[in-house]
Amino acid sequence: MENLKTNKIFISGDEAVAHGVRLSRPHVIAAYPITPQTITVERLSEMVENGELDSDYMHVESEHSALSAAMGASSVGARTFTATSSQGLLYMVEAMHYASGGRYPIVMMNANRSVALPWSIYGDQRDSLSQLDSGWIQVYVEDAQEALDMMIQAYKIAEHAKVLTPMMVNLDGFILTHTYEMVEIPDQAMVDKFLPVFETPNKMCFENPKNMAFSSQPDDNTEFKYQQNQAMFDAIEVIEQTEKEFGELFGRNYQSMVEEINCDDADAVLVTLGSITGTVRVVMEQLRARGLKVGILKIRYMRPFPEKEIMALSHKIKAIGVIDKDISFGYEGTIFTNVNSALAKSNASIFKKNFIGGLGGRDITKAEIEKMYHDLLAGITSNNQKTVEFFNLKVETND
Amino acid sequence: MERPVKKDFKRPTHINDYPVGPQYEAGHLAETNASWRSVRPVVDNDKCINCLICYMVCPDGTIMKTDGKISVDYDYCKGCGVCAHECPKDAIAMVKEEL
Repeated sequence: MENLKTNKIFISGDEAVAHGVRLSRPHVIAAYPITPQTITVERLSEMVENGELDSDYMHVESEHSALSAAMGASSVGARTFTATSSQGLLYMVEAMHYASGGRYPIVMMNANRSVALPWSIYGDQRDSLSQLDSGWIQVYVEDAQEALDMMIQAYKIAEHAKVLTPMMVNLDGFILTHTYEMVEIPDQAMVDKFLPVFETPNKMCFENPKNMAFSSQPDDNTEFKYQQNQAMFDAIEVIEQTEKEFGELFGRNYQSMVEEINCDDADAVLVTLGSITGTVRVVMEQLRARGLKVGILKIRYMRPFPEKEIMALSHKIKAIGVIDKDISFGYEGTIFTNVNSALAKSNASIFKKNFIGGLGGRDITKAEIEKMYHDLLAGITSNNQKTVEFFNLKVETND
Repeated sequence: MERPVKKDFKRPTHINDYPVGPQYEAGHLAETNASWRSVRPVVDNDKCINCLICYMVCPDGTIMKTDGKISVDYDYCKGCGVCAHECPKDAIAMVKEEL
């Protein structure tokens, strides 16, 4: 019977984000259009124009201004939204540290896209993964529904008194932003029930004036940074609690920091981030049907990082592979670095491999994923593979 | 118009004593903030008619009334001279600071 009440519409990931933002009722939206995020901000401006959304839409001349404007509004208690991608995100970087240091719970959508040079509008995750240290909570979604749902959850998490940290919701450029899917649009009254009004500790008022966003001397700077770090750790509990409440109210549960798929009896597990999880699910199920013990660890949050979950997993499995649509030149993929640090803390001696690929929008095929699983299973018995490998180069190399 | 009261600042001893991010109730962050002043405004209270234009234009809020007479808070006055420039009675002279 519940199914009859659904309100599903056929929209792109960008549009799903716009609906998620609309339902969260931000006071201020300040954003600058950039491919492949553009449709999100276009839809939002239409919603403001036709009165569906009562929000101030600020037209700004750049991403740096967009985030700066959002910061000003957020600092005095407005719920704010901005959105960007790739070069736009990198243009925001100075303000990103300001926003997290100021503890302004801005919510941002980032359409994951390659960064220049070579110039490319297509997807990979090098833009946001280069910003793990900017103090923002980072979540990555797998499909349009999750994108919409996470916009609503993001405000609840970011604005929580124990967190007060800005949050970035990442969705893969084109693969998610421009793909149309059936998406359930939640009821506004239920979203209002789920999402409380943002209460800032920094209301601007004449009775209780404040100095805002001041500087600090060496005597105090470390303590502010300690506090910021603690808030990020505290966010883990808030994320889990928010996820639970959301699941109970809306019937969709994303399993918090990570989603483990067939990991309990798995020999080899592939770690995924974002939309690639969908393709890996298909391959994993095909291999399971053939009797291979393979699983998936879908990382949802890169910051705070699911260290506890990865440490626990490391004692159950024999091989782990990390797919990185990213490379930190001269070392390895950034997701791998993070996963490997958790593995080192758990003293797990399992076979590890980092698969680098899908850069600049190159498709990752089912055949390639199947080979990754076979590499991992082979690695359990004989460790003669390279730890870090570009898996889909189309040419011979000098190695 | 009264001289602002300086609140005593107690250093935090626990992490929870810090505000959430760098925002705190307004107040003076420094006991004095005028070390680079090279000329100081001196009010001639015989010429002064208490029109308060100097109070209105002072960018640092350092003009105050002491016993009903206009005076300057030299702990914060930076010596910009706007008050002297705007005074309709030329009752404020900018006097070179002795080093």
